[in-house]
Amino acid sequence: MSTTSTTYGARDHARAQAGTVAEAMPSIPASTWPDPPPGIDPAKLVWAETVAGGGYTHKVLARGTELRLTDVEGDACAHVLLFNADQPWERLNVADTVKVQWNAYLGEAIALLSDQARVLATVVTDESGKHDALCGTSTVDGMTLFTLAAAKHGLTPRDLPPSLSFFQGVHVETDGGLTFTGSAGPGKSVVLRTELPVIVLIANVAHPLDPRPDYTVTPLRVLAQRSTASTPDSPEWTASPEAQRAFENTADYLTARGLA
Amino acid sequence: MTTIISDTEVAARAPYSTVLRKGETLAIIDLGGNQAVDFLCYDAADTAKRYSAAATISAQRNIFLTTGSVLRTGEGAPLLTVVEDTCGRHDTIGGACSKESNSLRYGQHTRYQHACVENFLTEGAKWGLGKRDLVSNVNWYMNVPVEQAGTLGIVDGISAPGLEVKLRAETDVLVLVSNCPQINNPCNGFDPTPVRMIVTGGGA
Repeated sequence: MSTTSTTYGARDHARAQAGTVAEAMPSIPASTWPDPPPGIDPAKLVWAETVAGGGYTHKVLARGTELRLTDVEGDACAHVLLFNADQPWERLNVADTVKVQWNAYLGEAIALLSDQARVLATVVTDESGKHDALCGTSTVDGMTLFTLAAAKHGLTPRDLPPSLSFFQGVHVETDGGLTFTGSAGPGKSVVLRTELPVIVLIANVAHPLDPRPDYTVTPLRVLAQRSTASTPDSPEWTASPEAQRAFENTADYLTARGLA
Repeated sequence: MTTIISDTEVAARAPYSTVLRKGETLAIIDLGGNQAVDFLCYDAADTAKRYSAAATISAQRNIFLTTGSVLRTGEGAPLLTVVEDTCGRHDTIGGACSKESNSLRYGQHTRYQHACVENFLTEGAKWGLGKRDLVSNVNWYMNVPVEQAGTLGIVDGISAPGLEVKLRAETDVLVLVSNCPQINNPCNGFDPTPVRMIVTGGGA
């Protein structure tokens, strides 16, 4: 007779699995993350997880959270979507992000703008420089993972706008052609600071222009810690006149809403 | 024989929408020259399947649209093919102007100026579409170069009076248009003008 042929045996079998360690998994609570890198205070961690290649994750984060994404082995590609957690119809607008800031590329001090002209998050640290705001995610696996992640916040495919991707770069040539520039290698991190309460959706799948015939995507590390949102003397506020107005719009919303 | 199904002059600053049946073509004619035509399209049978700038750009590996470009859904399915283009290139990355983004680009004094998102919302509501159905759109006739260092911007157009783009429907497609009312940048030559929309039956 197998050990799971009875309810008691099945229960014992299930419970015996506790404590198993997998390469891709979250630490719960996040403060138990085993090897916090410099600059991370384990007591302040609110999210600590390794996302498998081909996997997805999602979380609601408070305003003033530092979200550190790390390309552990050099072939992660973090496709990211952001929504205002208080009113998810307000979401990342990639076109406004690049147009308003006169910049096709993501990097330090770039504000990730919502369609309501507010700052969802800013890029505060960028060790990689290889990102993409134009190509979105892949039509099959990326869209499928975003659909799943969105569903867990009551959102449907109609709620999914074009996404950003971190750690795999694309360059726009003079004739408009796109050149895939790949990754900056293992261990690079990007830190985003949330300026509103946000729903974060992340799909770790190969970039749509990745030319490698074998599907290549490696684990992504996600560490988020409590911090403080930008203030008018933060460099992000004055990075451009457009960004400054976006921060002013954000402060206006938070003030009226009673959130700051 | 081709049959003209409709021939519509869309006033300056106004919205427009129509459903193209598979095989029909839509000609968009820039009557006054350098008039940005903000454009979204949806699978008429299921509007959750809609134009994706990202999927379109990725598939053709170029940010500009011209003859041969295929406008695709997020799932990669073709909605419309550009079968003729006498202008040369069109924008996929600049998105639509809105009252909100105008406040960032030009200042809070622009809040009461008309904008493309207002047109999309008003016209989309006639088809049951709402805010969440709006995504990065095509801008026919809008000129948005990207410098090698990454600086991009809407600059003086390369269009002229009478130039046209012709699109063939690859399935039944709902088309949603804002004849751009922007007056703060060169996308309409600082003077929004009418455009003409001609829908033609198949068999061409």
